[in-house]
Amino acid sequence: MEDNLSSRRAFIAGGLMAMLNPGCSSGENSIQPSGEKVKLLSVDGEEIEVDRAFLKPVPDLPPLSNAEERVGIKGKKFVMVIDLARCKNVGKCRESCNHAHALHPDHNWIKIYQMQDGDHTAPYWQPTTCMHCDSPPCVKVCPVDATFKREDGIVAIDSDRCIGCRFCMAACPYTTRVFNWEDPGVPEPLASQHYSCESSIPQKKGTVGKCDFCPDKVRKDELPHCVTACPNGVFFFGDIIEDSVTNGTETFRFSELIRDKAGYRLMEDLGTKPSVYYLPPVDRNFPFESGLPSTQETTTPH
Amino acid sequence: MKEHSPLSTEKIISDLYPKKFGRIGRVWTLFLVIVCLIGAYAYYRQLRYGLVVTSLRDYVSWGIYISNFVFFVAISLVGSLITAILRLANAKWSTPLTRIAEMIAVSAIVFASLIIIVDMGRPERLVYIFTHTRIQSPITWDVVVISTYFVISLLLLYLPLLPDLQILNSHPNRNTGFLNRIYRFLGAFWKGTREQEAINNRSIILLCILIIPVAFTIHTVTSWLFATTYRPGWDSTNFGAYFISGAFLVGGGAVLVAMYLFRKFYGLQNYITYRHFDNMGRVVVMLALLYLYFNVNEYLVPAFKMKKPEEHHLEELFSGKFSLGFWFAIIVGMIIPMFILMFKKGRRPYPAFWAGVMVVVGAWFKRYLIVTPTLLHPFLPMADVPESYLNYFPSWEEWAIAMGSLAGVLLIITLLARVFPIVPMHESITENDAHQEN
Repeated sequence: MEDNLSSRRAFIAGGLMAMLNPGCSSGENSIQPSGEKVKLLSVDGEEIEVDRAFLKPVPDLPPLSNAEERVGIKGKKFVMVIDLARCKNVGKCRESCNHAHALHPDHNWIKIYQMQDGDHTAPYWQPTTCMHCDSPPCVKVCPVDATFKREDGIVAIDSDRCIGCRFCMAACPYTTRVFNWEDPGVPEPLASQHYSCESSIPQKKGTVGKCDFCPDKVRKDELPHCVTACPNGVFFFGDIIEDSVTNGTETFRFSELIRDKAGYRLMEDLGTKPSVYYLPPVDRNFPFESGLPSTQETTTPH
Repeated sequence: MKEHSPLSTEKIISDLYPKKFGRIGRVWTLFLVIVCLIGAYAYYRQLRYGLVVTSLRDYVSWGIYISNFVFFVAISLVGSLITAILRLANAKWSTPLTRIAEMIAVSAIVFASLIIIVDMGRPERLVYIFTHTRIQSPITWDVVVISTYFVISLLLLYLPLLPDLQILNSHPNRNTGFLNRIYRFLGAFWKGTREQEAINNRSIILLCILIIPVAFTIHTVTSWLFATTYRPGWDSTNFGAYFISGAFLVGGGAVLVAMYLFRKFYGLQNYITYRHFDNMGRVVVMLALLYLYFNVNEYLVPAFKMKKPEEHHLEELFSGKFSLGFWFAIIVGMIIPMFILMFKKGRRPYPAFWAGVMVVVGAWFKRYLIVTPTLLHPFLPMADVPESYLNYFPSWEEWAIAMGSLAGVLLIITLLARVFPIVPMHESITENDAHQEN
């Protein structure tokens, strides 16, 4: 009885594939059943068995429509924690980000600031990404909805919509945005690929760019480029609804990490409500001086 | 006094009738056309290579295009000042100046719109402003009010012109064929009947009332492009009033300059008289005082506190990199012209002209100083950018385009003055008749 049912299901699956893919059923593409069955979970949540020969690897996730990219990933609210006690200005985050997004050589979406808040306070290194504010000043001023806030908290840019007025750049207090003053020189095949608001590739002449929190990576259950590139585990990425953040090797409850290490956000007084939190540079892993270009043993990227 | 001597209607018409360019006029027009063409070539380069041909970079992302825009919007406010405010205040003396003021207003607002398009990284997507409008963006508000202001200004130029068009149409042999066609197209329907005049006068009064709030709005919204951000130097509740007072001042200065030049080159001594310079000079003194008052508020109050983000910005203006321009704009653009025009001798045409020039030049620098220094003083220190991003001095393309747009404004004014009477003919005749009857 059970065998009967499963073979019927396999037949239906095969028939569906044949219908969807007429090329498969004729000529050299015709597939012979191997007899080896594989158990699968259907989209309805049913367990089904399919002959291995009918399985084809999906090259990548199906491309998202612009409307889906503008909505974001349902049920998520992304958050980043940057641990200043671990940063020594290595710059791998910046390097991998620039490379992954094929940025113009002048551009850095991640900037590493040498900070000193007062005359007698300690200097420290502060990497900044886009803050993905919950009350984003850049989104408020955009006249054409080219930069927008998604349900998952990400502030993204539609380079096919941007008119290049640069009001968002004036509005952002974190100076996180860059502008493609000339053709960014994106290499092929990226340059001719259709622009995606999730990968922010390819950057286009006359439009604004900035850190996008890499939702294309997140959809593949991967971490943003900066998080995985940092050798010191400075960047933690996660979901505030799940209350967890990870740098790839360590995972923390977000709320506990922020509570125990006195996390804070930049320019809280402006009311922008950033999604990026900072852990203060206490009990540092490295002395500040080790990050100065003159003393750094690893060569800074460029 | 000269202005009381009665003139015959024929004399008024022949004095004020649009004249062919003389040698100076032709050279001047040619000069403006050349400057415009150089600007157009620079813009062609910008379209081809992108905004990289400018010196704008990520920190200073708005430069002289935007300061030119603010300057043009400011100077266009003069239309509402002279035409509407003075008319409603029953200041009859300003009648001969209304057309000059409206010509300046219309041409400046045209180039304000053009220079904004020049500043766009993707000008071909301009239509998105209408197809993907977001009403919460101050840019959208600016588009709405500037187009409204343009239409009202155009009407305020056109409606008072109708009786003059009748005069022009009644002398077809004095005009070239091309001009006759323009005059007929614009004014053939106008017969000057009592009913037409009543409708026209009522419309003008209505538009004069309407244009005042719209004028206040265009420059207030323009100031909000800056004041709605967090940046030191822009984050100010004073900005709307500060911009409007500055706009009236530069507009007043521009009228002084235009009065002098038109009077001299078109022989209008009987129409634009010492009395006009005297009155206009007084108006400019008042406006300079008003603008100074807002400057005191704008700079001294933050300077008293010296909040950390403001500190660097203010120091650069008062005694740093921008101090020369800053004090030039204050002293040459406001204080010196104010002192010149305070004295009766200073309100004679020639010194008043120079006071006007100082006001206008100072105002241009002032707009630059409002836009650019703020962008060089961000909250976070400047880091991780190439050396060229840390400073701003406009490239030759930017200068060429900015100067081209200034020349464009002057060219439109020059051409309008070639086609239409600079001083309203009909109104001059009626007022002259009224004088004679008294």
